[in-house]
Amino acid sequence: MTSEAPADDRHGIPAFVVRVPAGPYRSLNPVTKLVIALSEVILAFAIGSWSGPILVLAVVLGCAAIAGILRPLWVIAAVTLPVVVSILLVNTFLYPGAKDPIITVGPFAPTWTGLAFGVQVTIRLLAASLALAVAYLTTRTDDLLTELERRGLGRRSTFLIGAATETVPRTITRAGEIVDSQRARGLDTEGSWWKRARGVLPLAGPVVFGALTEVEERTMALESRAFSAPGRRTMIRHLPDSGVQRWFRRALIAVLGLIVIGRVLGALRWVP
Amino acid sequence: MSLTLTAVGYRYVGTSRPALAGIDLTLAPGEVVGVVGANEAGKSTLCLVAAGLAPATIGGRLDGAVTVDGLPTAQAHPYELAQRCGVLFQNPVTQLSGTAPTVWEEVAFGPRNLALPLTEVVGRVDDALAALAIAELAERDPARLSGGQAQLVALASVLALRPAYLILDEPTSQLDPQGTRLVGEALSRLVAGGGTGVLLTEHKTDLLWGLAGRVVVLDGGRAALSGAAHAVLADDRLAAWGVEPPGRVRLARTAEAAGVALPELAA
Repeated sequence: MTSEAPADDRHGIPAFVVRVPAGPYRSLNPVTKLVIALSEVILAFAIGSWSGPILVLAVVLGCAAIAGILRPLWVIAAVTLPVVVSILLVNTFLYPGAKDPIITVGPFAPTWTGLAFGVQVTIRLLAASLALAVAYLTTRTDDLLTELERRGLGRRSTFLIGAATETVPRTITRAGEIVDSQRARGLDTEGSWWKRARGVLPLAGPVVFGALTEVEERTMALESRAFSAPGRRTMIRHLPDSGVQRWFRRALIAVLGLIVIGRVLGALRWVP
Repeated sequence: MSLTLTAVGYRYVGTSRPALAGIDLTLAPGEVVGVVGANEAGKSTLCLVAAGLAPATIGGRLDGAVTVDGLPTAQAHPYELAQRCGVLFQNPVTQLSGTAPTVWEEVAFGPRNLALPLTEVVGRVDDALAALAIAELAERDPARLSGGQAQLVALASVLALRPAYLILDEPTSQLDPQGTRLVGEALSRLVAGGGTGVLLTEHKTDLLWGLAGRVVVLDGGRAALSGAAHAVLADDRLAAWGVEPPGRVRLARTAEAAGVALPELAA
């Protein structure tokens, strides 16, 4: 969600380029959202056994509610379900040294200790992954890269991140085209697992070799557009930042540093 | 002032057979030189060598000399050459940066790399879009353009660097007839504007008939024939070199075989 800012009349930049992120939470500077997300990830693993992950999960869901992205967040949470289930099963049934069985059925003895540990790990992982998901869902990639480049990130790193995020959907599209063309030539990619597995080889070859060929063409195209010129690139967009956000980021990083040091020194054992 | 290739030969890394041999070619500002030839004749290699990308970017061995306005390409950085000699390849998808959310920002990619003042960047982008009459695409997502539109955006991105010479490597080969027409019209406008020297390799000889002043036929990496465009494109040996003559030449020949002389078609 962006609002079309007025055109930069001083330089003649069109309004659709000047675009500024709009809406609650989304309008925060991308670096602020990045710092919040990374802090949440670290805190989910650094504080206590239950309080840290639960607190972070609550904050993450609060941010998501403010940004109005609870629905897509549930979808992402649902994607993590297989991992969550496997963590719960492995810990509940195989937690080493646990002697408090919930029930014993033959050789199987799920334990309360294992279940508690599994739930705790699950909340941590969920809090961390959803924290990153909130940042992703509320920040356009080009906004984040613009801001990081303005703060000194090199043009190669900026391009690498931007191109990598673009590569995934393009590769998926290309793979779909190749599957279609292989099917048109009689390759059976539906049905049993064996048939699907056999269909991977004729797909993987063109995708991988096509991508490698593209790398050379892209390199030459970039060189022909002065990508290797020295110095910093001209910035055409400036995303708003504020004194409050700057102080908030500094305070968050300072608190985070203290918590990590406290954790390393064992001063946070009292936290539940 | 010219793009000059003198006795140029080139071998790709790991090969013993030269992809180009004994090529002499001069491209003056405002001139359009067409290059034709069968597949593997050396057309794309000629483009890479003329632009200074081979061997600078892809390695290989270059013999002879390539100079752009007196500057030997072997001694220049790719970003210096980019401002003198723009290159457009066959596949529009691989030429776009893939990182710009709008066409306007895609075209600004090159000028931004040169760290030009913001006002200069804006001016160059607007000029490049206007030169190809694609200003209405400025707000569009480059990833959602048709092939012809994407190729025009790629060309505008090159033009924004304001090179004195343009090297176009079969720019319409992956385009449908509509895309080919779009690019052809844009090139006609560009050429009519004058000033920019264009080296254009093409299988579509009809396009060259209307654009090029001179044409070079490549065969096995060597210049088999070179001369005025209409004379070369009407040469009887063209088919033997794997090049299809323009439609009007074929029509004139068919008419002649039927006893009807249409010399004005092939002139």
